[in-house]
Amino acid sequence: MTGGAKPTARDAAPARPGWKLALYRPETMTFVLLVLSMFGASALSPYFLDLGYILNSFALSAEFAMVALVLTMVIISGEIDLSPASNMALSACLFAWAQSSGVPMPLAILIGLSAGLLMGAINGIMVITLQLPSIIVTIGTLTLYRGLAQVIAGDKSIRVPEWFIGINSWIVLGMPFTVLLFLILSLLLGLVLGTTVFGRQIYLIGTNEIAAQHAGIRTKRIKMSLFLAIGLASSIAGLLTASRLGSVRYDLGLGGELQMVLMAMLGGTYIFGGRGTILGTFLAAWLLVVASTGMTVANLLPAVQLTVLGILLIVSIIATNFIYSRTQR
Amino acid sequence: MSVLRSIFLRREAGIFVMIVLFCLAVGLYKPQFLTLNSLRIILLLVPLILIGAMGQMLVLVARHVDLSIGSILGFSAMLTGMMFKFYPDIWWPLGFVVAIGTGALLGLLNGVFVTLFRLPAIIVTLGTLNLYRGLTFIVSDAKQIDRQFIPAALKAMSQTSPVFGIPWIIFMSLGIAALTYVFVMHTHVGRQIYALGSNPVAAPLRGINVTRVTLLVFSISGALAGLAGIMYASRWGFVNPSNTGNGFEFQVIAAVVIGGVSINGGSGSVLGTVLGVLLLGCVAAALPLLGIPGTTQNAIYGAVILAALLIDRSVRQQGLKILTAKVPS
Amino acid sequence: MTEPLISARRISKSFAAVEVLRDVDLDLMPGEIHALLGENGAGKSTFAKILAGVHRPSHGSLSMNGRPVDVTSPITAQKLGITLIHQEPISFPDLSVAENLVLGRHEGGWLGRVPWAQMVRDARAIMKVLDVRIDVTRPMRGLSIADQQMVEIARALASDSRLIIMDEPTAPLTPKEAETLFTIARRLRDEGRTVIFISHRLEEVRALCNRVTIFRDGIKVITDTIDALSEPDIIRHMIGRPLKEYIHKQGSVIGEVALQVDRLTLPGVFHDISFTVRKGEIVGLGGLVGAGRTDVAQALFGVAPATSGTISVNGQAVKITEPSEAIGLGLAFVPEDRAVAGIFRSLSVEQNISAAVPGKIASMGVIRRGVEKALTATSIANLSIRLASSRQPIGELSGGNQQKAILARWLLTDPQILILDEPTRGIDIGVKAEFYDMIGALAVKGCAILLISSELPELLALCDRVLVMSEGRLTADLARGQATQETIMRAAVPRSGVAA
Repeated sequence: MTGGAKPTARDAAPARPGWKLALYRPETMTFVLLVLSMFGASALSPYFLDLGYILNSFALSAEFAMVALVLTMVIISGEIDLSPASNMALSACLFAWAQSSGVPMPLAILIGLSAGLLMGAINGIMVITLQLPSIIVTIGTLTLYRGLAQVIAGDKSIRVPEWFIGINSWIVLGMPFTVLLFLILSLLLGLVLGTTVFGRQIYLIGTNEIAAQHAGIRTKRIKMSLFLAIGLASSIAGLLTASRLGSVRYDLGLGGELQMVLMAMLGGTYIFGGRGTILGTFLAAWLLVVASTGMTVANLLPAVQLTVLGILLIVSIIATNFIYSRTQR
Repeated sequence: MSVLRSIFLRREAGIFVMIVLFCLAVGLYKPQFLTLNSLRIILLLVPLILIGAMGQMLVLVARHVDLSIGSILGFSAMLTGMMFKFYPDIWWPLGFVVAIGTGALLGLLNGVFVTLFRLPAIIVTLGTLNLYRGLTFIVSDAKQIDRQFIPAALKAMSQTSPVFGIPWIIFMSLGIAALTYVFVMHTHVGRQIYALGSNPVAAPLRGINVTRVTLLVFSISGALAGLAGIMYASRWGFVNPSNTGNGFEFQVIAAVVIGGVSINGGSGSVLGTVLGVLLLGCVAAALPLLGIPGTTQNAIYGAVILAALLIDRSVRQQGLKILTAKVPS
Repeated sequence: MTEPLISARRISKSFAAVEVLRDVDLDLMPGEIHALLGENGAGKSTFAKILAGVHRPSHGSLSMNGRPVDVTSPITAQKLGITLIHQEPISFPDLSVAENLVLGRHEGGWLGRVPWAQMVRDARAIMKVLDVRIDVTRPMRGLSIADQQMVEIARALASDSRLIIMDEPTAPLTPKEAETLFTIARRLRDEGRTVIFISHRLEEVRALCNRVTIFRDGIKVITDTIDALSEPDIIRHMIGRPLKEYIHKQGSVIGEVALQVDRLTLPGVFHDISFTVRKGEIVGLGGLVGAGRTDVAQALFGVAPATSGTISVNGQAVKITEPSEAIGLGLAFVPEDRAVAGIFRSLSVEQNISAAVPGKIASMGVIRRGVEKALTATSIANLSIRLASSRQPIGELSGGNQQKAILARWLLTDPQILILDEPTRGIDIGVKAEFYDMIGALAVKGCAILLISSELPELLALCDRVLVMSEGRLTADLARGQATQETIMRAAVPRSGVAA
């Protein structure tokens, strides 16, 4: 092929001013939406001006939000994981089943967490070692993991010990413990993704995996560590959910993959990889909580909320794609 | 005889052998599995999946995926059921028109998002999976359509027919499979679906209207899910806003990939898909007989999807190996 | 005087305000093979694509047999009897050969029946006319590039095309396959069809074509019969200025062996490759496309490791299974396909340049933006990379400047052994000269350089030694004095071609 179509006459397109770039960032859109939804919600109910109320509402979604942070990194690296919600269920079921059949608590927790790690490893091996598309692999494991949870727990719910219940109602620094955990994780992962070599390499891999490999980046190792990380994060989230609910059923976190993907997408993570930030997902998590709590306050059926989430997902990808296509010629 | 074609044939023969071996193995253990009655059970299990699988096959061949078919099934069934409930005197076959039309519209909407906004089908249909399910709750006000509202004639379709008492819905699903075969093998647009999946970049250069073909496959997939919806009402005699069609997509995807339809687009046959559905039906029919609880079904579907992915991968590699070995130096 | 088949008048084309064709007039006669020549980016491919409906002209008009036509799409072109054969042929691997032949030409509606039996019959008949033996019922997947091209030519015949455009068709072919192609092209000409032949190989053009049109910087320079133009004339028209002799690097001291490769083998790809590169030496690696040169480079760099044989760096046997290990040993590799394996299109120039040296821009794993900025700014200045801002996406730079940034990335790793795979492909002549200077300067500094190139003048001008590969084997090791266009080509031609 000869490069007849390339504009060789010019060396480079002119650069755009910084403020314009900032305005075009998808996080800006998320932030504006968050502010708007706060206004909208506080018009519905004065409770929204109460920080404590918002924090308590957030505790209901904090587990998903934590996994969504890791999922953001997975998506930036050019892969996707649809199985975390099922992973949460299976980890929690294994944990609850173990401790209800007499395994000491620390060991039961260890079982739950290593199960999560193992599930992440299975996804990772299928995607990285066997080179299968992550989107289909994790649809398979989404079904498999929840199916196994169903095998273990059947249709019954398994109680967890009294003292394990209610981690979300511990108030630390004026907020529920799980919300604090989310804040810490956001800060940590934000720093990792934004300032470290590891984070930079995730962007490089997601932008062009072959070029990243040529540049000496150990793409397989990094992607594998991301799958392990999301596996572990899911199992932690599963145990936290078990503590909040007080019992475990196989349908724990059912449909959570939608909310997690939605948080990442609403935060401006690019579905094809290479772009996105922890800040975006962080803002989107709050946006989602405010919006869904607002809908609950406004007495909308859960089904309507499902509909709204579905619409939001599609609209947010369209918007993100649009923004990115504007900033890149 | 080309190498690849023989591999594909081997693939279909392979599924057939697996079905036979599986049935014999179960039959040795539980002889009543090899009776006409259990054949009847198997054949009654598969029509819905078979019809959904035909649509999903087209979508996969075109290099997309449709996760929303379960929700489309539920919504179409609900709309049809409500029509029967509120207009009991209506001519009942009109239900087919309503169900298929509704399904086609919802499928078309998926296609619109995928083509016009260039979004990955998996994310779009994950969104509409929730969106359509939510809409089902909204239109039905979360109420089930009970047995007495479903016309007796419709229910009878799943019971018997003048031909050896084999229920109508079995003939219908086989008819759909035959129609699909003629469509993909003997019409220009059918071949265009394969061409599109085989090389999406080059397809427009050969005059293939990518938008039109993509919209068509999603509409067909939706329409067939809609047909499966009214057949659900016929088979089970009720429509429930949360259960009807829930998880249908995973059964169908499992059947289709086990039937040898490549998730990389471009290849897959009607015969293979039919055999894949039958194999899945045999497994489902054998489980209760073997004393395995129904709760394991989802785990099995998940495992089947993953296994089929691995088989697909090794078949492809084997094919490549044979081909590269044949290239003369 | 016969009437032209196609007349192009004042054809201009711009992409995003960059003019790539200006006011091109050209008449194509029935029964001729017409060559389009020009440097990369001269506009010849763009012109061909306008004829074939891939691009639409910004200005100007086309007429066919004296009647104005509007070629709005490849489909319109096909209906008018114009076929473009791409260098990488378009194929639908899952469909049969026969279907590939007729795809897009069906009559009747969407739901019209596919006439399988007739389709296979017709396809066999065409293959027979072309004297090609391909089973038309097999799928396209697995056909060689040459066979795929034949299928495209068969397509053109099946649709009774009057104008067949071949865009660098011989680049991926063996000489024998190319000869088959020429025979067919001549037959098409004798049947009164018009063939446009785009090639970089002047000898092919001379052997095959009747008339030549030369493009330069988007303008048609000249159209004449091939016999009226001497080779220096053609080159002068293409380049627009006298061909400047590349200056061989001066003052380089060839030192000890830096890279030694012994019997490197990857079955089915390359076999028994042994050679050395010394410090300060530029070793060329020539051969035809597909001879296995890039594969050897990828094996050396650990992208696709060899299965047997040894690699030694500075006298020490090493194992390289990943690029990161190669980098650790002081190797650097500028890959052939910049878009696929080189640039991170949407990321900044800065991030692109620093991609291979995380250790230099970070401490304790945390990136120091200031250090990164300073480091890359130096590179940008040293290589005179022209850009608006070091924070702009690299995709906004021209090809030559992107390539400079990739080179800058590797220079930051302080390489002792630099592998360059077609480093000047698709970049401006001016930038090319800069590259040659840089490569020479690196050798002077003691870097061992392995230069893969398909451009013979480039190999001859720059290299101390030229290795030649053919069909996965090393067929020549020529010292500077021995290497000529002829000796290189003789070694590059596959034996199967010589025998024919």
